[in-house]
Amino acid sequence: MANTVLATPEVPFESRGLDKKQTWWERLRKGDEVVHLITLAGGWSILVITGLLVQHLWVYSRLSRHAFGWHFLVDSTWDPVNGVFGAWPFVYGTVVTSLLALAISIPIGLGAAIFLAELAPRKLSNALTFLIELLAAVPSVIYGLIGIFLLIPVLFNVVPYFQKYFGWLPIFNGTFYGVSYFSASIVLSIMVVPFIISISREVLISVPVSQREAMMALGATKWDVTWRAVVPYARQGIMGSIFLSLARALGETMAVTMVIGNVAQVSTSLMAPGYTIAAVIANEFTEATGDLYLHALIELGLVLFVVTMIFNALARLLMLTMKGHEVVG
Amino acid sequence: MKPFDLSQLSRAHEVRFSSDEPADEKLPWPQFTVADLNFFYGSHQALRGIDLIVPNKRVMAFIGPSGCGKTTLLRTFNRMNETIPGTRVEGSIRLGDKDLFSFPATRLRRVVGMVFQKPSPFPKSIFDNVAYGLRLDPSIRRNEIADKVEQSLRRAALWDEVKDKLHQSANGISGGQQQRLCIARALAVEPEVLLLDEPCSALDPISTAKIEDLLFEIKNLCTIVIVTHNMLQAARVADYVGFFLNGELVELNRAKQIFQNPEMQQTQDYITGRFG
Repeated sequence: MANTVLATPEVPFESRGLDKKQTWWERLRKGDEVVHLITLAGGWSILVITGLLVQHLWVYSRLSRHAFGWHFLVDSTWDPVNGVFGAWPFVYGTVVTSLLALAISIPIGLGAAIFLAELAPRKLSNALTFLIELLAAVPSVIYGLIGIFLLIPVLFNVVPYFQKYFGWLPIFNGTFYGVSYFSASIVLSIMVVPFIISISREVLISVPVSQREAMMALGATKWDVTWRAVVPYARQGIMGSIFLSLARALGETMAVTMVIGNVAQVSTSLMAPGYTIAAVIANEFTEATGDLYLHALIELGLVLFVVTMIFNALARLLMLTMKGHEVVG
Repeated sequence: MKPFDLSQLSRAHEVRFSSDEPADEKLPWPQFTVADLNFFYGSHQALRGIDLIVPNKRVMAFIGPSGCGKTTLLRTFNRMNETIPGTRVEGSIRLGDKDLFSFPATRLRRVVGMVFQKPSPFPKSIFDNVAYGLRLDPSIRRNEIADKVEQSLRRAALWDEVKDKLHQSANGISGGQQQRLCIARALAVEPEVLLLDEPCSALDPISTAKIEDLLFEIKNLCTIVIVTHNMLQAARVADYVGFFLNGELVELNRAKQIFQNPEMQQTQDYITGRFG
């Protein structure tokens, strides 16, 4: 082997241009730099937009912040005539309607997703999923109209029975006027359920066959396979769909304002009318006379931003603790 | 069920003996008796007239090139193929002296366990993985579970490696350990038969050796049927080897005979690497 002579390349490397340094312009033309720049700009733009948003909300709410301080959050008075503003009824309404909407839509959405992913024939599943995704594209004002003309008349017939049998519960107390936290929650739940179904179905379908077969080989029934192997494996994706729905419910404006009654009060009864942050901003923005009024509304926007942030943070925390044994990647 | 003679292993294949072996060896009763089995995926026939006996408490290996039907036959033993739409079985399989298809599939699969090619631990703790199958059976009491989990992990030669991290994620251990965990999971429900579908094809040689060692241990507990691409593995672990080609059982014999002195030319060609 010692005598082996290594062949020298017929064409020297230098002449093939390997040693030439590429200029920035050349790399740009090859594409890598272009992609890098475009994606970098995309990433930064999100940070910039969020930053500008917060800065704007902060600056244009200064009068209200200086006038009421932290009191703004816990005060229940909303009196534009006398210039006294408190956010509590709106924060309360936003949180209550969103959580109740989730409580209604999670079982329905998860059930439908499991049916579509695991039990329904694939053709039926695809057709239904197409319709469900269409539901997600319906403008919210339409849902508001459905709430007023379809849902509330039905509720007028149903709610008396609730009150008859569960009236001792504070949440079913009081006179029912149709517009209420309850009506708004139902409309919201109808609006977010397509998100839960569509995303959850997708993650359930993508659970590897190996997980299903491993479970089946232990003698599991179809339901055991679904509930003990497929759903736990898809848990993170399902949680993701729920967070997305929560974010949408917190910020929903039009449909809620049409059915919640727009009364700035805090009530333990879900049958009472209320108000949400997004709804009050939309309703009163055009008639906000005076800088303090305007600044109070903008501060409400800031509060909504913070509430959404807190919920997202809590949700992530919940997911971290729930994840337990799972290993990422 | 009666013991039977080695010559009855298959009606179509004569089992031969080398001169140093007793010719009248009696086998324990038949675990599976397959007669004239055909299997179809839609219009494609994957198995053609399979005819063999899997003896109880022995290791039988199926070898053959990809697509020869060996995995299909394995998955017929615990009826996993039924979960694939458009499949059809003809012919008979008996488990012991009962028709395999007369049992509910879910109960059958607790008697006939299976380990797959790719380690497929559930995204749970090591303990929970082994306890999964036990928890499906309401007749197993909660306080028995911990003992059974330990026993299964010991049988799968994994206990010493994981006893201090039973409640950590099963995804955090190595591929070889994961596969032994899957074997422990299958053993936990105390199956009569363990089907192994290329259990070592994704593992390194050391992990493979560990699994082969534990197969020697557990063959006293249950019948083992193993599909493998690795002929050396078949030679090491199996008592009997079936060679499959194009959905047919070409040759069935003692492992020693198949690898030293195969009867059929096709077997000879395959084990010497002329094709496949």
